[in-house]
Amino acid sequence: MAQEKVLEINQLKTYFHTKRGIGKVVDGIDLTLHKGETLGIVGESGCGKSMTSLSVLQLVPDPGKIVEGSVRLNNEELVGKSEKQMRNIRGNQISMIFQEPMTSLNPVISVGEQIAETIREHQGLNRKQAFQKSIEMLKLVGIPSPEKRAKQEPFQLSGGMRQRVMIAMALACNPEVLIADEPTTALDVTIQSQILKLMKNLQKKLKMGIIFITHDLGVVAETCDRVAVMYAGEIVEYSTTEELFRHPKHPYTKGLLQSLPKLYEDQEELQAMEGSIPSPFKEHQGCKFTDRCPIAEDSCHQIHPDLKMSSDHSYQVRCLFYQEEKELTKGMSSV
Amino acid sequence: MEAQLKTQQEAISFDKLRKQQRIERIEAFINRMVRNKAALVGGLIVLFYIVIALFAPFLAPYDPFAIDLANKLQAPSLEHWMGTDDKGRDILSRILYGSRLSMGVGVVAVLFGAIFGVIMGMAAGYYGGWIDSVISRVLDIMLAFPGILLALAIISALGPSLFNVTVAVGVFSVPLFARIARGSTMEVRKLEYVDAIRSLGANDGTIIFLHILPNILSPLIVQGTLRLATAILSAAGLSFLGLGAQPPSPEWGAMLSNGRDFIFSAPYMAIFPGLTIALLVMGCNLFGDGLRDALDPRMKS
Amino acid sequence: MLAFITKRLAQTIPVIFGITLVVFLIMQMVPGDSAQVLAGEGASKETIENLRHNLGLDRPLYVQYFDSIAGLFQGDLGISAKSHQPVINEITTRLPISVELAFYSTLITIILGMTAGIISAVRPYSVSDMSVMVVALLGISFPSFWLGLILMYIFSVELQWFPVSGWDSVKHMILPAFTLGASGAAIVARMTRSSMLEVVRQDYIRTARAKGIRGYLVIYKHALRNALIPVITVVGLQFGALLGGTVLIESVFAINGLGRLIVESIRMRDIPMVQGGILVASLVFVIVNLFVDILYRFFNRRIDLN
Repeated sequence: MAQEKVLEINQLKTYFHTKRGIGKVVDGIDLTLHKGETLGIVGESGCGKSMTSLSVLQLVPDPGKIVEGSVRLNNEELVGKSEKQMRNIRGNQISMIFQEPMTSLNPVISVGEQIAETIREHQGLNRKQAFQKSIEMLKLVGIPSPEKRAKQEPFQLSGGMRQRVMIAMALACNPEVLIADEPTTALDVTIQSQILKLMKNLQKKLKMGIIFITHDLGVVAETCDRVAVMYAGEIVEYSTTEELFRHPKHPYTKGLLQSLPKLYEDQEELQAMEGSIPSPFKEHQGCKFTDRCPIAEDSCHQIHPDLKMSSDHSYQVRCLFYQEEKELTKGMSSV
Repeated sequence: MEAQLKTQQEAISFDKLRKQQRIERIEAFINRMVRNKAALVGGLIVLFYIVIALFAPFLAPYDPFAIDLANKLQAPSLEHWMGTDDKGRDILSRILYGSRLSMGVGVVAVLFGAIFGVIMGMAAGYYGGWIDSVISRVLDIMLAFPGILLALAIISALGPSLFNVTVAVGVFSVPLFARIARGSTMEVRKLEYVDAIRSLGANDGTIIFLHILPNILSPLIVQGTLRLATAILSAAGLSFLGLGAQPPSPEWGAMLSNGRDFIFSAPYMAIFPGLTIALLVMGCNLFGDGLRDALDPRMKS
Repeated sequence: MLAFITKRLAQTIPVIFGITLVVFLIMQMVPGDSAQVLAGEGASKETIENLRHNLGLDRPLYVQYFDSIAGLFQGDLGISAKSHQPVINEITTRLPISVELAFYSTLITIILGMTAGIISAVRPYSVSDMSVMVVALLGISFPSFWLGLILMYIFSVELQWFPVSGWDSVKHMILPAFTLGASGAAIVARMTRSSMLEVVRQDYIRTARAKGIRGYLVIYKHALRNALIPVITVVGLQFGALLGGTVLIESVFAINGLGRLIVESIRMRDIPMVQGGILVASLVFVIVNLFVDILYRFFNRRIDLN
């Protein structure tokens, strides 16, 4: 499959410089997103998945900074661009949807205006045209009587509706990349599947690449083509969704999958595995997963494993003990 | 019998635990306080004023009441650091002595407000029901007055004097303390610990004063410090209007009032008493803000 | 919303009665006899008794109270012991001046306070922020009557930019309004700053930035509107302090407003005038508070209902 790359992230490092020391929140991430594809980033809260996405848009909150690496949009380097240049990209070529539709919309501005201002900012339409377009967008995301809704403020809309508004807002300028940061976590199950379906349909229509950030492997299975599993600022496993679910390789991925049924019952953050992610401020010599790893040995405390590529380039794993099993790797699309 | 003994021991050990926690909290509080430079400065300013008030007779270079018409309205000089007033009295000495009056009025007024307010607030919070309703309505009405108007009404009834100003300022501080005490008492009252103590036969008075009061002290102290600033300002203002301390009292507000008549010819007569008030009020505000942040880190933005 | 207004109105009525009762009772504590004061020195016992009867002062207290309430609703606040004119006449000429002063001071409180707060919040911990916060600290620490004297000395006496006292033109109003508004502006500045810093951390600000909205729009359109909602309450509360402050500032600048009337009446022991003045000022305060509460509720409804 010769796919067109839209977004390429290389050795991205985002560190937080504080009095306590340096927090390596994102510590050398490589990712590639193709046109029309959905790439999942999975991990527990605090693994750096949200910071990765904010780094792409250069919206990392203080005192965080991108210290190294590159983010390329259609082969154009974004790291180092000025705030003004980035503003032209945000909401225009790369859009973002956030987790909490309750708090992510401005409570004192009508939803129509919140969509329209994005359109005005990037497409130079006048007030009336932009508002008209925002009504069209509301229609596109399946909001009934969009003319009426556009004039309402967020508090008059339900949670599912608000997330639809967020999607309409993100897609208003027809972006090439949509970053969805836990877009369905705050919603109940039926609304969740409606929203996912909507995103899938719109993706087909608009041909955008989606980066789907979630802690929920069930959602990954439903939506993503490929998945990167993140742990403590690093990718520990990176493969197709099918391969990941059939043959998880990293002990962390295996642990995540084992906790999956339980996850479906109470929709909590992934906590089924014992222990928690080490603090990004802690210095590591060996593998960052050692403390929780069921197969860790002495060498794991000494050597930091590289992200090893399989011989057919179909997946990557970061584990000292992983041995490639040839019979499992055939017929996989390349990463 | 045995069961009761057990609850008793539990309650006692729980009490101990709380005391232990309190000590730890106090240590953490001192730590935060020392690190907060603004609060430290505020504390030092307040301390400085307390020292002045205590040692005024030793610090004052002149008799604050000695009239010396030959040396009246002298500008600040080496002999009279802050100049002399229209009767030739040394302004610095008067300010030093006046600290006892102005700060005394503020402290007594706040104590007055705190004592009555806390009693009312704790009674309302502890007993609830109709007692709470009645007290709350009374507080609502007191809060419905702009403070200084209530003070004016009281002074017009009692007559102008420094003592009556103290009462008036104290009265309009009551609802503030009462509200805080009421809210905090209601919170603490709900704790199981209070039930345990009551089951041991403690009466309401013991529970309120020995067990609830120590737990609601910190918000009250914060409010007291901040209130002290307002009380000193209000009392000085009332004296400035001629409704408080009367001449020849060296109360700062009264000095300012006197200085007003000479604002064209001898502005230092008004400048120094005003600066003295401003610095003290600033100290109280800084210290109070710092106390609040240190006692309740959650309130810090 | 309508239910809230009704409820709030219903709460206000007992408060108004409470205020009248408190003022009435305090005035009963006044030593001496108002009939005697009114009749003047050297009046015969008979004259005083007649006056007492005519004024209804020989009736039971509660009758007098309800009578004075009934009077209040008809705009009758009694007769001044000094001028022997109806108290209400004097108050209606004095009140507008105080309201005007309070209004200009509120403007200064809002404009100066919010501007300073925004300047602070845009670059927290910068030099500009620190300077604004130090000035604000001075603003809440300076006694207003002293600040008035100092400003008068600098701008009226030394620079001669403004007249020393009186209340005839805009020039007369600037110094008093600024003096009275200064501490309120300082409080509003601190509040605006902390409110802005709180709002800037909200998710919807991140959303706005992620949409590529330009910086000043993020601040003035998205952040400020939300940040100002709690500030409204502070401004409302400040209005009470302002009303109280007129008492001092009117005395400093010799402005013939209601505040100065009350103070002078206390000095002259004109109790009906004091009572009327305090009642009217308190009622104005209660009504303004009611208004602010409703306004706050209106702006806040979107947030409350979440």
